[in-house]
Amino acid sequence: MAKAKLMDYDKALELYEPVLGFEVHVELSTKTKMFSAAPNNFGSEPNTNITPTCLGLPGSLPVVNEEAVRYSISLGLALGCDIAESSSFARKNYFYPDLAKNYQISQFDEPIAINGNVEVELPNGRIINVDIERAHMEEDAGKLTHVGGSTGRIQGAEYSLVDYNRAGVPLVEIVTRMIEGAEHDAPELAKAYVATIRDIVLALGISDAKMERGNLRCDANVSLRPRGSDKLGTRTETKNVNSLRSVERAVRYEIQRQAQILADGGTIIQETRHWHEDTGATSAGRPKSDADDYRYFPEPDLLPVVPDPALIEELRAALPEKPAERRRRLKAEWGFTDLEFQDVVNSGLLSEITETVAAGASPQAARKWWTGEIARLANAAEGDAGIDISPAQVAELQQLVDEGTLTDRLARQVLEAVAAGEGSPREIVETQGLAVVSDDGALIAAIDEALSAQPDVLEKIKDGKVQAAGAVIGAVMKAMQGKADAARVRELVLERAEAL
Amino acid sequence: MSDISAEQVRHLANLARIDLSDAEIATMTTELGQIMEAVASVQAVATPDVPATSHPIPLKNVYRPDVVADVIPTEKALASAPEHDGSRFKVSAILGEEQ
Repeated sequence: MAKAKLMDYDKALELYEPVLGFEVHVELSTKTKMFSAAPNNFGSEPNTNITPTCLGLPGSLPVVNEEAVRYSISLGLALGCDIAESSSFARKNYFYPDLAKNYQISQFDEPIAINGNVEVELPNGRIINVDIERAHMEEDAGKLTHVGGSTGRIQGAEYSLVDYNRAGVPLVEIVTRMIEGAEHDAPELAKAYVATIRDIVLALGISDAKMERGNLRCDANVSLRPRGSDKLGTRTETKNVNSLRSVERAVRYEIQRQAQILADGGTIIQETRHWHEDTGATSAGRPKSDADDYRYFPEPDLLPVVPDPALIEELRAALPEKPAERRRRLKAEWGFTDLEFQDVVNSGLLSEITETVAAGASPQAARKWWTGEIARLANAAEGDAGIDISPAQVAELQQLVDEGTLTDRLARQVLEAVAAGEGSPREIVETQGLAVVSDDGALIAAIDEALSAQPDVLEKIKDGKVQAAGAVIGAVMKAMQGKADAARVRELVLERAEAL
Repeated sequence: MSDISAEQVRHLANLARIDLSDAEIATMTTELGQIMEAVASVQAVATPDVPATSHPIPLKNVYRPDVVADVIPTEKALASAPEHDGSRFKVSAILGEEQ
């Protein structure tokens, strides 16, 4: 695949204003599918979670999952949407083997939630309000594996294998209105928007929200408007973006690609584009179908969803704090500087620090551990496995420091052992004898030995040259294998030098 | 007067994967036009205070609890498939139509 010519990003922004739009699909973590009682499980053997309804077999009928409706209403409310008094399902007709019945049950003219707004905070602290046009319920499609050809992609495949386990899994599709004014921040906004949706559904507990598993998928619409023009450009829709970082990269790529085409006098084709993680580029997919071509019509097998207003109020009352509100509250509670807090947010460590503070550590200590030593260990860890350190363990570690059992240096050593799965901090201190030597007797013995080994230093200290004590402190720390509090050792060295 | 053109019929046939000859398209254009006229006559009696409906009986909220029930065994599901690989349905690769 030839890589397209790309305009320099800053230059592209000088000439054009990016206009964005997002469609985010959220797979709901209900026990069963949207319209059938088949299990909604990820990772099962192919075609084991299927019923006649999932296969579109003659005589099978869909029945709406009540829990999926509740989840959808909660999500709509969390997005600041109005919940429709009455919403209905429609058939979206298309021929593709990912759904056996040749249509997807979706919502068309009567979605369950409309007119919302989500506050999105960018890494630079800028806040952008993204308007939500609608959130509607639908079913996911099955999974196709293309066989033959070299790449496993559809191009060159000889045949495809279909697993219908995912067919019928409940989805909510969240559609934004056109987003203007993001300017240079457009790629960061894309990433932050999807991260915000992820945080919302995780807080609601309605989706596993793992992008790598496809629980959360983002289609990014990008178009460019020439500066000084009020005419919108032709948009492309980029699919197959399955990480937050890819969302950001894909939007940046499309801005640069489209800018180059427009500057060269070309035209943008309205089409679906596929993001390729390996090459960091998008490639043309099918031309975008008109909505008319899907020949939507009301689903005759399903009745309207008319939620009881009392249910809506019940779900509204149970909503968790919004991510933006939570961030404001935590920043105030923790007393972090803007820079410290931004660092925590950008590292995605809000929950870890919240839990560490809840387990008893001070906010600053929690921040220091998570953004410092633990981040370093995680970066050093092989591959994507990451490291397994719990907030409770971090709080315990800090408690050991606070009570004087560990110095910072020893604490880092204990942390490494925790990361290696050797036990809790307290267990490691006990089994590996890593505690600070707080027994003055042992320290004094070591100090006396060091002083007698370095009589010249002893003389200097006696002459009032206390800086000379450093050599003795170093020797004592070494003798104690680092398990001593250097400040206490210093005090004792000066005392002993006087006494000798 | 028919509201549907031969071109629209051809497009619809293509979307529905129905292979129609020119003669069939001509016939279908006439017949679909007549059907549309018949349906359009409903518009004459529909007034703004009659809400559109997709269902003749005013029912709503027919739900199913979120409880797992029986699934079809994989072998049984695959039994009626023209081709499979033992666990998945085998279909011809269709290019360029991913939804």
